[in-house]
Amino acid sequence: MVADLRRCVGCQTCTAACKQANGTPPGVQWRRVLDLETGEYPEVKRAFVPVGCMHCDDPPCMHVCPSTATRKRPDGIVTIDYDLCIGCGYCMVACPYEARAKVDGVATKCTFCVDRIDAGLANGLKPGVDPEATPACVNSCIAKALHFGDADDPQSNLSGLLAENQSFRLSEDLETGPNIFYLWDKAL
Amino acid sequence: MTSLQRYWDARAALNFILGGSGAGLIIAAAFIHPASPWPVAAGLAFIATGLFAVWLETGRKLRALHVLFNPFTSWMTREAFAALVLFPVGLGAFLTLKFLPVAAVLALVFLWCQARILRASRGIPAWRVAQVVPLIIAAGFAEGASLAVVLVQTPLAAALLAIALIARLIAWSAYRGEVKSEALEGAGRALQLGAIAALVLIGAGFYFTQAALPAAVLAGVVTLASGWWLKFTLVTRAAFTQGFSLPRQPVRGTR
Repeated sequence: MVADLRRCVGCQTCTAACKQANGTPPGVQWRRVLDLETGEYPEVKRAFVPVGCMHCDDPPCMHVCPSTATRKRPDGIVTIDYDLCIGCGYCMVACPYEARAKVDGVATKCTFCVDRIDAGLANGLKPGVDPEATPACVNSCIAKALHFGDADDPQSNLSGLLAENQSFRLSEDLETGPNIFYLWDKAL
Repeated sequence: MTSLQRYWDARAALNFILGGSGAGLIIAAAFIHPASPWPVAAGLAFIATGLFAVWLETGRKLRALHVLFNPFTSWMTREAFAALVLFPVGLGAFLTLKFLPVAAVLALVFLWCQARILRASRGIPAWRVAQVVPLIIAAGFAEGASLAVVLVQTPLAAALLAIALIARLIAWSAYRGEVKSEALEGAGRALQLGAIAALVLIGAGFYFTQAALPAAVLAGVVTLASGWWLKFTLVTRAAFTQGFSLPRQPVRGTR
């Protein structure tokens, strides 16, 4: 996923769309938008930062899970098997991105709307291009700040955005390989 | 009504508190002369109570056996396996002290797994540092030695407690050099003062032999209280993530 920080206006429509699509209870937001202020007056800057599960390349939540409920699919999406999860909460404290919460006894988090993606793929649609195969947060973004696709495919929309812009990922020093890329400026 | 939890609470902390102390007690029992089966029984009871407490924290209690599914990468699974082996061997050590050295090694493995559970939590700066491993092991050993002093009340147990206290102070110092968490200020200070007070009490006991046993028992109580408070604070109060920070600010409009 790509989040263009230059375009995000902090409207929280993605948050609402996620809640609507996934039916998360009050207090649980799989997609959040942080409102970050930095600097001191008069040099204050403000940025809206969409966060959630980063679907890391090397997810600590998966390694610590004692029940193997948390897994990583071949396409990179990190999932939770609610029928295996014992609700120990170890994944919650292992995640550096505060992406998980224990709800009604099991761990929950953003799935990148995996059911939509799978249903779309089964119908020959392309995630990130066809709305029926794309996460609800991306579809709902009014500013076209959120994008979804296959970063390993050089022809994908995501690869194009990453080539044309400079990007970073959050807390890269932890070496979890987070998979939400934040665009902050044009490429040099 | 939806139940929602984001952090570990006192039930998880109790596993580290009682499990660590129980494992430490079984390790200490291997060094005590004359050897006694009762510290082993007490150690197993502590560990069982700790595991029961953490079981109460799980969301789906009837699926508890699923905790054994991931020995390849999960230290929680490894801790469960260590406990599964420790209990029959510990029972054997209670019945015949021949098994005591094996039980002590297994208790050390259990304690090691507990320490690695915290270390593997990459989200929390106060847990993920390497120095948390010697701290948890030294703390468990000190608490176990304290319980041993209270249970058997021998000079050797008091000497063992003194060694464990020094190890805990060194481990705390190394940990504190790496982690600057305000949440640990009070408990850390209590840990240091508790260790110093306990060492003074043990030292005084060697000079004033009539008061040696009560002083050693008091030293044990002080060590236990300060160690348990630190673990409770570490698990429930210092479990902050590092938060979110942007390495770059978005460049909008003209440059």
